[in-house]
Amino acid sequence: MAEAGNVVEMIGVNKWYGQFHVLRDINMKVARGERIVICGPSGSGKSTMIRCINRLEEHQAGRIIVDGTELTNDLKKIDEIRRDVGMVFQHFNLFPHLTILENLTLAPIYVRQIPKKEAEEIAMHYLTRVKIPEQASKYPGQLSGGQQQRVAIARALCMKPKLMLFDEPTSALDPEMVKEVLDTMVQLAKDGMTMLCVTHEMGFARQVANRVVFMDAGQIIEANSPDEFFSHPQHERTKLFLSQILH
Amino acid sequence: MSDIAFVRKEIAPMAPPPLAVGGILGWMRKNLFSGWFNIAMTVMSLALIALILPPLLRFFFFDAVWAGDSREACLGASGACWPFIKAKFGQLVYGFYPIAERWRPDIVFALGAILLAGLLIPRVPFKRWNSILFFGVFPIVALIFLGGGNFSLNQFIIGRIIPLAAMLQGAELFGLTLSFWLDFVVSSVLITAVAYFVANALGADGRFAARAAAALLIGLGAVLLTLDFDFGLVPVETRQWGGLLVTLVVSVTGIVTSLPLGILLALGRRSHLPIVRVFSVCFIEFWRGVPLITVLFFATYMLPLFLPGGLTIDGLLRALIGVALFSAAYMAEVVRGGLQAIPKGQTEAANALGLGYWQTMNKVVMPQALALVIPGIVGNFIGLFKDTTLVLIVALFDLLGQIRAAFSDPSWATPTTLFTGFAFAGVVYFIFCFGMSRYSMFVERRTSAGRRR
Ligand SMILES: Nc1ncnc2c1ncn2[C@@H]1O[C@H](COP(=O)(O)OP(=O)(O)OP(=O)(O)O)[C@@H](O)[C@H]1O
Ligand SMILES: [Mg+2]
Repeated sequence: MAEAGNVVEMIGVNKWYGQFHVLRDINMKVARGERIVICGPSGSGKSTMIRCINRLEEHQAGRIIVDGTELTNDLKKIDEIRRDVGMVFQHFNLFPHLTILENLTLAPIYVRQIPKKEAEEIAMHYLTRVKIPEQASKYPGQLSGGQQQRVAIARALCMKPKLMLFDEPTSALDPEMVKEVLDTMVQLAKDGMTMLCVTHEMGFARQVANRVVFMDAGQIIEANSPDEFFSHPQHERTKLFLSQILH
Repeated sequence: MSDIAFVRKEIAPMAPPPLAVGGILGWMRKNLFSGWFNIAMTVMSLALIALILPPLLRFFFFDAVWAGDSREACLGASGACWPFIKAKFGQLVYGFYPIAERWRPDIVFALGAILLAGLLIPRVPFKRWNSILFFGVFPIVALIFLGGGNFSLNQFIIGRIIPLAAMLQGAELFGLTLSFWLDFVVSSVLITAVAYFVANALGADGRFAARAAAALLIGLGAVLLTLDFDFGLVPVETRQWGGLLVTLVVSVTGIVTSLPLGILLALGRRSHLPIVRVFSVCFIEFWRGVPLITVLFFATYMLPLFLPGGLTIDGLLRALIGVALFSAAYMAEVVRGGLQAIPKGQTEAANALGLGYWQTMNKVVMPQALALVIPGIVGNFIGLFKDTTLVLIVALFDLLGQIRAAFSDPSWATPTTLFTGFAFAGVVYFIFCFGMSRYSMFVERRTSAGRRR
């Protein structure tokens, strides 16, 4: 059963796309306050794995327990879990027809049923934290990529999530914008947020991760503390991967 | 030494953008005479205008007859015979609606225009109340005013089993059929009780179910009560309605019902539930597969043969339902086109925030999808508005029908009567359709303001 203090538990999780076995026997526990960086070659199933945690993808075997609630077909439970799990996407996925402020208050108002006034105060608080309060009344299309991604982070934070999932949050950004987003994420880590982050920003991994998880071909190949992971990789595939991304 | 190296020494100052050069002449040179193709197009367009415009102006204005009260005034003229339209105007607007009662359609027109203006003009406040009035209250008010109300209601549910009507011998109070209302109250109580027990048995919230059922029945009761009540209005059968009145009743009903129905069908066609999807696909493909004329014919002449004896549905109502379902199917495909253009990431982001299916659709997907397909939607509205004229073949006389009926009046038989009538019809249809078209462009500009993608 779920151990106290574990925000996510994945036990023997398997998933197939048709005949294709994308996730193979995934076992992973994420403790409260832990920050995990997931890396691995393209197509190794990183996105699929973290998307299973908030049921954007359905797993077919094994168990996923989020904050004490097991993910089943029960729609009510899925919605409950999604409320408490924030997600940031590679391509931001802001709502282009709403202003930044409306993007941030939509879910608090309609999902958490917070009065509009209060939701706007919360939104402005988080916009200030990601350092763009002056953009509140603009539309997403009028912001730079880095600003959009920071809005996306603030949007997730407005729901006061217990866990944040990041799927390559900086890989669609121009190089000079990567830093502003990473800074925001480092700040978030310092505040004690539980984070699961798919990224190839190894500097970020060294700086904030408690654990680095390496995936290949739908499996977890190796997991270790960042120091050990980067200086003494054990598995051949890890070594190969690291030699390719750290020149 | 190479000349690749460059270091800027001073920053270039901000300069204002260059002014447009040349005024009107410059504009003409750039837009009308910039090359041989452009010059040829300009000359041809001018020739076309010179060819078409003078005869039109002559027919509509210079050669037209403006005053007079019989065909003699128009006999010699080669332009439009406007006195003909003036003499027939009442008929063109109201059809055979009794002259003494024409204030009733007038009130409905005015009420509809005011509410619609309130909905369409963005600056007018109280949009929520306005739409409740327009979509909820106005149809009932219009129905009572136009038809006269005091519908005769017979049986609800229990009355079909127990002959209440015979027992109360058709007693009435303020036009209310007592047997029906006894039936309604008893049946409603029973339904509410059944809802309570069934919901409880299924493990759902019985009280909630009972309250929902009661609320629905009370709403239905209120509507039926208003319809049954005797306001002392002279009944006017739908067969007497005609002209612009019928055109507007049919098209407004079609427009107002086809959009929400179309949205539901479009969502149904993309649903993950097989039954919903199959139903939507069959419905859409059926209605798109048959011509509107067939639908109207079927509704009018064949449907009565299939209905159980004694049950009749008003002819106009049948046409209304036919038109509404027909255009809903087309609308569904337009809306689906919009839905397909919305990236999957939008739904995913909404879901990840905890928004449910309907919230996601309402707040995130639909506003974007509908904004994308405004031209298609309005195109459908315009098509529907013009197609209403097909009700002519099921013996309903819309604007065009009335005009054609007016041609057969020998006291207005002149060489130009026919052209005048059709010209008038063309102008009226054009005003409505052009209005819709312009309004849609206005909405498009508003929805896209400040939203670069
Ligand atoms: N909807 C789908 N249907 C079929 N196959 C899919 C689907 N989505 C992903 N896949 C496959 O599953 C595998 C894992 O995909 P996933 O997106 O999880 O990879 P990833 O590790 O996130 O890669 P990247 O670094 O490129 O984002 C890939 O081989 C991909 O082709
Ligand atoms: Mg991925």
